[in-house]
Amino acid sequence: MKVVIKVENISKRYNLGEVGTGTLSRDINAWWARMKGKENPNLKVTETEKSGYENTFHQALSNISFNVNEGDVLGIIGKNGAGKSTLLKILSRVTTPSSGQFKVKGRIASLLEVGTGFHPDLTGRENVFLNGAILGMRKSEIRSKFDEIIEFSGVEKFIDTPVKRYSSGMYVRLAFAVAAHLEPEILIVDEVLAVGDLEFQKKCLGKMKDVSEQGRTVLFVSHNMNAMQQLCSRGILISKGSLEMDADINTVVNHYIGLAKTGAANISEFARRGNKAISFTDFYITDSGLNKVDRVMMKDDLFVNLLMKAKEEVRQLDVSFTIRNAFGEAITHVQNMDNDFIIPVNQEDYFFRIRLKDILFVPGTYFISIWAGNSTEAYDCIDNCMSFEVLNNPDLNRLIYPHNIRVFQNSQWEIAAGA
Amino acid sequence: MSDKNEEWDLIVKPKNSIFNVDLQSFWHYRDLLLLFVKRDFIAVYKQTVLGPLWYIIQPLLTTFMFTVIFGQIAKIPTDGIPKILFYLSGVTMWTYFAECLNKTSNTFISNSTIFGKVYFPRLIVPVSIIISNLITFAVQFLLFILVLLYYFSTTDLIHPNIYILLLPLLILIMAGTGLGLGIIISSLTTKYRDLRFLIAFGVQLFMFATPVIYPMSFLSAKQKVFMMANPLSAIMETFRFAFTGVGVFNWMHLLYSFICMLILLFIGIILFNKVEKTFMDTV
Repeated sequence: MKVVIKVENISKRYNLGEVGTGTLSRDINAWWARMKGKENPNLKVTETEKSGYENTFHQALSNISFNVNEGDVLGIIGKNGAGKSTLLKILSRVTTPSSGQFKVKGRIASLLEVGTGFHPDLTGRENVFLNGAILGMRKSEIRSKFDEIIEFSGVEKFIDTPVKRYSSGMYVRLAFAVAAHLEPEILIVDEVLAVGDLEFQKKCLGKMKDVSEQGRTVLFVSHNMNAMQQLCSRGILISKGSLEMDADINTVVNHYIGLAKTGAANISEFARRGNKAISFTDFYITDSGLNKVDRVMMKDDLFVNLLMKAKEEVRQLDVSFTIRNAFGEAITHVQNMDNDFIIPVNQEDYFFRIRLKDILFVPGTYFISIWAGNSTEAYDCIDNCMSFEVLNNPDLNRLIYPHNIRVFQNSQWEIAAGA
Repeated sequence: MSDKNEEWDLIVKPKNSIFNVDLQSFWHYRDLLLLFVKRDFIAVYKQTVLGPLWYIIQPLLTTFMFTVIFGQIAKIPTDGIPKILFYLSGVTMWTYFAECLNKTSNTFISNSTIFGKVYFPRLIVPVSIIISNLITFAVQFLLFILVLLYYFSTTDLIHPNIYILLLPLLILIMAGTGLGLGIIISSLTTKYRDLRFLIAFGVQLFMFATPVIYPMSFLSAKQKVFMMANPLSAIMETFRFAFTGVGVFNWMHLLYSFICMLILLFIGIILFNKVEKTFMDTV
């Protein structure tokens, strides 16, 4: 296997707060002091370079190393703020690492955004050429693919209209069409699939699959675990700026989803909001036999278990949760008021078991965000703290669900008499 | 591991040698350069009624103002050249330089959204500005030639000569100086925004330190020495001398301008090359 990207000990530090000291003269002062090997005179007397260090830098990435082989489709997974974007920025040469280096074999193109450099006053046609060139295509290359690009985008009719007159959907489609026809040896893609309607997203996923099947190397960042598992062969998990895992994609995704799920083991890991008058202490999903599970068959029941502890007395307590799919779309919202259940307040501990009858979400990964509060304030809320997999149920006689549907609806068919 | 280094097409390290300017990838992106030029040219006058006519209106109005203020009111001599022609020659050349400087000095700030999302040799942008301004210059130069021809056929004051052949060199020095100074300033503005304010009126003040609205012969010997320290002075004077036969021409002065341009460009490219890697973190 030929290694096409070799990342060696890459770290990235960002200066916190104001960049520089503000004025030219103080910068020159500091520089002059450095030149003479003295300490920076602008630092406060008490803080030497070393102790001030921790406070003034943010370590976005530390000592990341990995290799990418030719033909790999590598998924980069991590929570928001874990350093994925910084890594992509470094690999696409938008910024440089603070230390470490990486080596590349072959042409590299990155798509951190679609439509970079589109000029509103230029026509679709002019922008296709401009954008293509910005992404590193030669003019002749663009010309030879022009018809394909236009067909893929579906905006033939408006190709000679300035793009500022386009709807946002058309704009994105045209922009993605250009990007999709890039043919570098290595492609870096960041969440581009999060744009456009579902129909178009499907098209994009298909295109990405084509690209990977042609044996080209792709680095892909997304929060869409399904897409990751469909497209990628390998995954790396980045957590707090460090490489936590480097394995095949299913292992990494399962580990990552597991982190979110068994995160209950370390509940303080989650970002939380609210005044904590009452707070969640544990949460998990069980089946009807009360076994902890992370998957459920369609048409089966699912039990959400929530444990809470009170710190202060409250007048009122409402609990609710939202279930989102892997695209981040809210599928449903459940709350105690739904069946006139009034929670008796002022207990020390609470333990709710909420039964969700006949789950009919289409197969995929789902995430639950929980909330507790009253009509005016939030006590505690945690986003995406649980996840579960919905599996297809053969009893439903349904093998394939169209790409953009969310739920299954039971139906009964008959020939109506007297038509 | 180091024995395999030659196989890699690209090695990115925190700091490369300051002289490591990637001309090869610049060449790869030459189409982008031309498309940027085209974009600048087309986009500026979209949705204007007069369109590219503005290229001509601007120097005409400026020349008219200069003729009234400096010629009629302040009565600054023009070495016997018709006033309109004298000021138009100054305005045409100066506008090119000023536009190059003004626009290139904003490179990083006005392109930060593109630069933050995709890599291409950043130097493409200022170079494309120099070239698209060249188109504007060509239109304005044509206007100058028309006015010149008018005076040439109606009066006996103008004596164009063989030094006209130096024109490409003059333009090259103008462009190079504007580019060099512009990228130095744009590199520094990523950190010190103050320079942006300085450049706005600095260019205007610079014009008065260049023989644009007065001839060299207007100055005392002592003033002339100071004036020749300005590398653009020789350009303006040579330009006038070549097209009208009036003015100071000296090979040494021209050589001085050329060397100044090379130094500015050299410093500019080194600074720019250093800043382009990390400017996203500071801009």
